[in-house]
Amino acid sequence: MKPQTLTAKPPVKFFIFKKPNRWVILTILIALIMSLPVLVVGSAIFQPLNENWQHLKEFLLAEYIINSLILMLGVSVGVLSMGVITAWLTSMCEFPHRRLFSWLLLLPLAIPAYIIAYTYTGLLDFAGPIQTTLREWTGWGIRDYWFPEVRSIGGAIAMLSLVLYPYVYMMARAAFLEQSIGALEASRTLGSTPLNGFFRVALPLARPAIVTGLSLALMETLADFGTVQYFGIGTFTTGIFRTWFGVGDGTTASQLAAMMLVFVFALIMLERWSRKRAKFHNTSQKHSVIKRFQLKGKMAFLAWLACLLPVLFGFILPALQLLYWVFTTAEETIDASFFSLTLNTMLLAMAASIIAVSIALLLAYGRRLHKSQLIGAGVSIASLGYAVPGTVIAVGIMTPFAFIDSALNSWMKANFDISTGLIFSGTVFALLFAYTVRFLAVSVNAIESGLGKIKPTMDDAGRSMGLTPLAVLRKIHLPLMRGTVLTALLLVFVDVLKELPATLILRPFNFNTLAVRAHELAADERLADAATPALMIVLVGILPVILLSRAISHSRAGEQ
Amino acid sequence: MKFNAQDKIAYKIASRAKRRLPEGRDYKSSKKRGGVLSIFSFLALSIALLLPQASFAEEDIVNIYSARKEALILPLLERFEKETGIGFNLVTGKADGLLKRLEIEGDMTPADIFITVDAGRLQRAKDAGVLQAISNEVLEKRIPAHLRDKDKFWFGMSQRARTMIYAKGRVKPEELSTYEDLVDPKWEKRLCVRSSGNIYNQSLVVSLIEANGEEATEKWAKGLVANFAKKPAGGDTDQLKAVAAGACDIALVNTYYFGRMINSNKEKDKQMAEKLAVFWPNQGGQGKEGRGVHVNVSGAGITKHATHIKAAQKLLEFFVTDESQKWYAEVNNEYPVVPSAPISETLKSFGEFKADKLNLTVLGTNNGKAVRLMDRSGWK
Repeated sequence: MKPQTLTAKPPVKFFIFKKPNRWVILTILIALIMSLPVLVVGSAIFQPLNENWQHLKEFLLAEYIINSLILMLGVSVGVLSMGVITAWLTSMCEFPHRRLFSWLLLLPLAIPAYIIAYTYTGLLDFAGPIQTTLREWTGWGIRDYWFPEVRSIGGAIAMLSLVLYPYVYMMARAAFLEQSIGALEASRTLGSTPLNGFFRVALPLARPAIVTGLSLALMETLADFGTVQYFGIGTFTTGIFRTWFGVGDGTTASQLAAMMLVFVFALIMLERWSRKRAKFHNTSQKHSVIKRFQLKGKMAFLAWLACLLPVLFGFILPALQLLYWVFTTAEETIDASFFSLTLNTMLLAMAASIIAVSIALLLAYGRRLHKSQLIGAGVSIASLGYAVPGTVIAVGIMTPFAFIDSALNSWMKANFDISTGLIFSGTVFALLFAYTVRFLAVSVNAIESGLGKIKPTMDDAGRSMGLTPLAVLRKIHLPLMRGTVLTALLLVFVDVLKELPATLILRPFNFNTLAVRAHELAADERLADAATPALMIVLVGILPVILLSRAISHSRAGEQ
Repeated sequence: MKFNAQDKIAYKIASRAKRRLPEGRDYKSSKKRGGVLSIFSFLALSIALLLPQASFAEEDIVNIYSARKEALILPLLERFEKETGIGFNLVTGKADGLLKRLEIEGDMTPADIFITVDAGRLQRAKDAGVLQAISNEVLEKRIPAHLRDKDKFWFGMSQRARTMIYAKGRVKPEELSTYEDLVDPKWEKRLCVRSSGNIYNQSLVVSLIEANGEEATEKWAKGLVANFAKKPAGGDTDQLKAVAAGACDIALVNTYYFGRMINSNKEKDKQMAEKLAVFWPNQGGQGKEGRGVHVNVSGAGITKHATHIKAAQKLLEFFVTDESQKWYAEVNNEYPVVPSAPISETLKSFGEFKADKLNLTVLGTNNGKAVRLMDRSGWK
């Protein structure tokens, strides 16, 4: 039995209507529903521009664009350098504590960006312990020395990089581990050094995965509001809020949001393009155990340090600062309601992750079944939600939902004399829908990369044995991608734990989450009191992150 | 020959398919089905658990959308429930988001009361047509006219003064006089103010536009920016810390942040508060110059489509009882709207002041003007 690779691409079908098919209809329908909020926002682009847009163009737009670009560029450099290097070290080299680091490196994922921003501001601003100690030691006055300002664009880049690099790390590590060692060994026999092998073989092979991780990190960067607002940096998101709520012009704000979507769409296209250019299923079926390159002496120490620094600054330091604050405030902030709050948040995150991943499975599989451009575009638009600020999504959801509710209500009243009130908006339903729209990109990306690794011949074999497409998904793909599905579930889970703006607007009466509690206290400038819910978000998020790390390690046959 | 996982599964399916196919199209393994089913039953269960148990249609209940944070409203509501037997349902959030929600929900909204922490947003809610006018003797008697809407759409519940806090020793109170004076070159690199995205700064600028006109205020804003010691960032507390640490000498903040610092149980905060003092600007002088300190209110209005108007009015009345007013003063160092209500020791220590009697309605109508003016002046 000789392993085969199917490289010939099936012809792209442009006119899917030739053969209407349940899968095509289902996929497009779901994609359409998921795109609804984004389309509601995007439709503002057809409205005429008013004088607020003129004002925006004259005084602010350039600043928003430049800052957003600098932020994206800086975060790219940050997450790529941290993510790829640590992924390579922990998967291909051997040095002290390697296995410990392999999961420690994921932990920053559990810390929301705005929380890390608060903790570092607490640590580094002039009233914080570091500068105070510095002044006490040296006797300097506050204006006698220069100290890097946390609340700057550089600070924002650092904060976002520290919590977002795990996306790249995770994807790159999975790719490195899955690579057949054969290609790398071949490069060594042909005389390349390990470093050379990394740059010329392993990195190009892992590029699609790395770009996927990068695009997730950048979409989160664009959607971030908490950090840039706290640091006083004008970006698209802060601009949208200012125009919408400060100036009170929803149309211009939506137009700004629509303009931002262009950025996002470019990102998605980049990701697709990168994946298309390098479509490979593993060429070798041999998964011998990786012979890790044994690092010694200075090199081992450097590798150890390279892995320690992201963990130290991205997790240990902020977590310690939070813990310290918790100790000073625990009596007031921990009560019975706090635990029901935690349970509430966890249930919500679990429910949302199951829904988002189920939908992602259907979409990604639908796209695999029918490679039409219409479906491709539909799935891409449905994924846009990840880069849109939660508040904008929330409004995009409320508008159609309230319309449906109102229509339903008047229909029921006319026919049965029953008032149904708000069924969709203002309930958990709206909230779960918002999370699904917002985090669909994360799960779709993960599932698509998992599906991509399964040879199309598997589908053919299954179908030729008489399985329906759904049965192929359920009996072949799902068992093969168990790790991938778990990864997608956990990523959405952690993201929902951290989600704030959409929750704030859409949540029902008497309904709270940890992120909301933390935000309310922090927004009231009670950072220390906010630490308890913030730390709880981190704690609840850690467990899935550890599971995630195990899922990645076990994704490679022969790897423990 | 080693098989990998893919080959193994393909083999398994092939053999199973052969075995099962004659019996028809049934290749469902009941075990796997159970797995999927249990996931979805878990999903259903968790959604059921998450659904709000409270009903919000009952008679003796009031449904609240509040921009006042949970910690600063819930204790009061709980006392209200205990005293009157009227229950409540609460959503807190940012005022703009909740206002948008009210607008979109229209006549379907469950909310009876909309609470904000600034008059500008209340005015905006009134303009958006989501509030209704309420004639209530208690409210009209207890709340001075300039602290409530002239058309009775909203009512102030507590006052918040935005004033100057200076560093003792580095600034003599005699040097300070008015908001307008802060553009004097002697204050170069000595001012700390948060960003212009903040509603309290926007309201302050509106009050200045009202007093001096748009052109003069834009000039003022440019002068103010020129005197900033650092780029605006962080909240009011951060500005206070900056003054205490010596990064600047004067901060424009709401007084309750200072009050909180004084009453903090942390030694470090108290030490910082020791270094600071309050100055009330625009107290004397001719005409507009002596208009008084800029104040804003937190307040509430009853929604246009409220279903529990009586209960909602009772809650508003409850907010302006002496006890509730005192509670605001003590818990968050806000000034009462009811002149006869007692104030806290901390507030007494700040001394008395004359407040700007500006009708707060303009805070809403002119907010956009203020934001654009600040954009033009380079106030980030």
